[in-house]
Amino acid sequence: MTARERVAGTVANYVDERTGAAKWAKKNLTKVFPDHWSFLLGEVALYSFIILLLSGTFLTFWFDPSQREVLYEGSYEPLNGLHMSAAYASTLHISFEVRGGLLMRQIHHWAALIFMAAIVVHLMRVYFTGAFRKPREFNWIIGVGLLTLGIVEGFLGYSLPDDLLSGTGIRIAEAIIQALPVVGTYIAFFAFGGAFPGEAFIPRIFTVHVLLLPGIFLALITVHLMLVWYQKHTQWPGPGRTEKNVVGYPLMPAYMAKAGGFFFIVFGVTAFLGAVASINPIWLYGPYNPGQISAGSQPDWYMGWLDGLVRMAPPLELHLLGHTIPLNILIPGLIVPGILFTGLALYPFIESWITGDKREHHLLDRPRNVPNRTALGVMSLTFMLVALLNGGNDIIATTFHLGINQIMWFSRIAIFVLPPIAFVVTKRICLSLQRADRELVLHGRETGRLLMLPHGEFVEVHEPISPELAWKLTAHEQAPALALEDVDARGVRRAGGLKNKLRKRISAANAESIAKPTANDLKEIEHH
Amino acid sequence: MRKLSKLRRSALASPLLLVIALFAIGTTFSVASATNKSELTTDQRSAQIAEGKQIFLKGCSSCHGLNLEGGAIAPSLIGVGAASVDFQVGTGRMPMADMSTQAVRKKPVYNDEQTAALAAYVASTAPGPAIPTESMLNYERDGNTAEGGTLFRTNCAMCHNFAGQGGALTQGKYAPSLMGVEPKYIYEALITGPQAMPVFSDKTLTPAEKLSVIKWIKGAENEPQLGGAALGRVGPVTEGLLVWTLGLGLLIGVAVWLATKAR
Repeated sequence: MTARERVAGTVANYVDERTGAAKWAKKNLTKVFPDHWSFLLGEVALYSFIILLLSGTFLTFWFDPSQREVLYEGSYEPLNGLHMSAAYASTLHISFEVRGGLLMRQIHHWAALIFMAAIVVHLMRVYFTGAFRKPREFNWIIGVGLLTLGIVEGFLGYSLPDDLLSGTGIRIAEAIIQALPVVGTYIAFFAFGGAFPGEAFIPRIFTVHVLLLPGIFLALITVHLMLVWYQKHTQWPGPGRTEKNVVGYPLMPAYMAKAGGFFFIVFGVTAFLGAVASINPIWLYGPYNPGQISAGSQPDWYMGWLDGLVRMAPPLELHLLGHTIPLNILIPGLIVPGILFTGLALYPFIESWITGDKREHHLLDRPRNVPNRTALGVMSLTFMLVALLNGGNDIIATTFHLGINQIMWFSRIAIFVLPPIAFVVTKRICLSLQRADRELVLHGRETGRLLMLPHGEFVEVHEPISPELAWKLTAHEQAPALALEDVDARGVRRAGGLKNKLRKRISAANAESIAKPTANDLKEIEHH
Repeated sequence: MRKLSKLRRSALASPLLLVIALFAIGTTFSVASATNKSELTTDQRSAQIAEGKQIFLKGCSSCHGLNLEGGAIAPSLIGVGAASVDFQVGTGRMPMADMSTQAVRKKPVYNDEQTAALAAYVASTAPGPAIPTESMLNYERDGNTAEGGTLFRTNCAMCHNFAGQGGALTQGKYAPSLMGVEPKYIYEALITGPQAMPVFSDKTLTPAEKLSVIKWIKGAENEPQLGGAALGRVGPVTEGLLVWTLGLGLLIGVAVWLATKAR
């Protein structure tokens, strides 16, 4: 035993005798995680959250969350001598006078955009591979909650500097609150402490942005990760991988080294963007003034779809008992997002209702093997993409020399037409891929080598695929549609007939697939 | 030395010096203001108007009418003033290359002399806004950047974007970018309101305020890219695009690399 090992041993023993950490560490540091690039997407979100905490803390040292009017006398000449809020003036101070302030502001904002993008791609991975199935439904709901809170948190951060763009965003948020029938005006007055813009809003959202929401985030992320820990990570199907084991690397040392290194890479990419690319140049926007607006005022991308929905809504209003109900704000601003996010949160339960599958799943689905789910996902993404594109309609119009009205009309039609087309096309592609898999398993790989038989016939030589690949292509199960009887054993019609009928039809559509090759199929082929 | 001193004390010295001083001032002034004094004689002006009329009849009258009365596809030019002609022809917007929604800035068809003749001809038919002179355009001296910024955000940003990068209007029309536009043309656009733009008369924006706006635009144009690549200064759309392409592209690339098995 060298001197160093002796010292390390003494320290470890000292800690263990007082905390009993050795047993815990032995159990947990050897915990195995499966390895696949798509499992790292959630980590990107986690790491950018840590970067947000660190850079955000830095910014609070100088940010003054107040709408108190001040006279700007800082180093940015084009705004000198203007009246503005202390919030805006202190953001200018951070940008131009605090050492590294602008870099930190830009890192914070880029990290926020990356955080949201990483959450979305992580959600897409979990959805398309079926990782939300039992026992992970709760974690799915927590994830949807994090996504929703992330949108709110990002929007509040975007609103804090009190520049012209911030104020415009808050103004729209106020309009959406006011669109709520009956209670809208009251809630808006409550939130703003009076009429817009007032002097209360920036201090209030500051507290929510730096204290309340980050606290909830930390709690939810902790539970999210503890559940992953407890339920263990899902894995791709493969030889030796079952619903009862986890194949991968132990946490210590391989996974820990990779994860730790990955954190610094995420930090590096964020810092790189913050150093080379300008984001939210608040000094150009000027201080907020309700009488001013800029062409091309957009929210950050994660709210762009919401803006796009509002932009494409036709001017519809209802007048009831002397009250105006602005359907053009209410429907795209509150009802549609409400339906989308509720549907998203409930999806695991909806799918298990359709399939009748109540078993635990730890092996992931290949997206092609669940055509309906995959098609539904692509359909939803298409909807969001059309809405997002319309959110940038003015920028698209000037960049590509198009008419903004044409883009709006395209979006109004496409939002209804393109998603169903995307569904059908995706489902067909999935079934074709299933067919290709079947072909590959039965007939092997086309080698491209041509062989002339003695009687003159040319054939292409097919090479059988490896057993590992064959396993991967055939490991999934193909559940039949639910056998739901309209009448019970005694010939009496069941209660809830309509619900049953609907369930039966969706279940039948959901079960549509290309039969995977069986061992018998293979044997038969070999006989030929 | 004594001789000079004596001369200085002579009774004639004061009046003589006064005459010399007056002469010197007069000469200097006439030399200095010579450029402005190059007012055309009546004959020259008539000749210029006649030349402008010829150019107009050849190049413009097919749409704007033989007597500037306008037609089905082009507005009347009576009373639009020299400033309007100088802006439209000088920036190459007129004559139009095609009858699309909006005349685009392009290489001018007519040279400075021809443009001046056209402007003189149109101005001769009815009074209208005149071309601002050099002395009216000294924005460096007469403008105030901070005030110009406030005026710009109140009056211009809703179409031309917060940084003067331009923006979309309805039905395919657009507010062009203001970057690299000569101060004279900005001023002329303000007083004549070309195409979809409203007129900003001297009552809406005083001449000094117009110069402040121009000074702010020029400042924005020359402002260094303070936070790194400006991404077009069009707001969050390009920022979102960069995050989804470069940002997430890099991170997913690294994730794939990290998950690759060592060979």
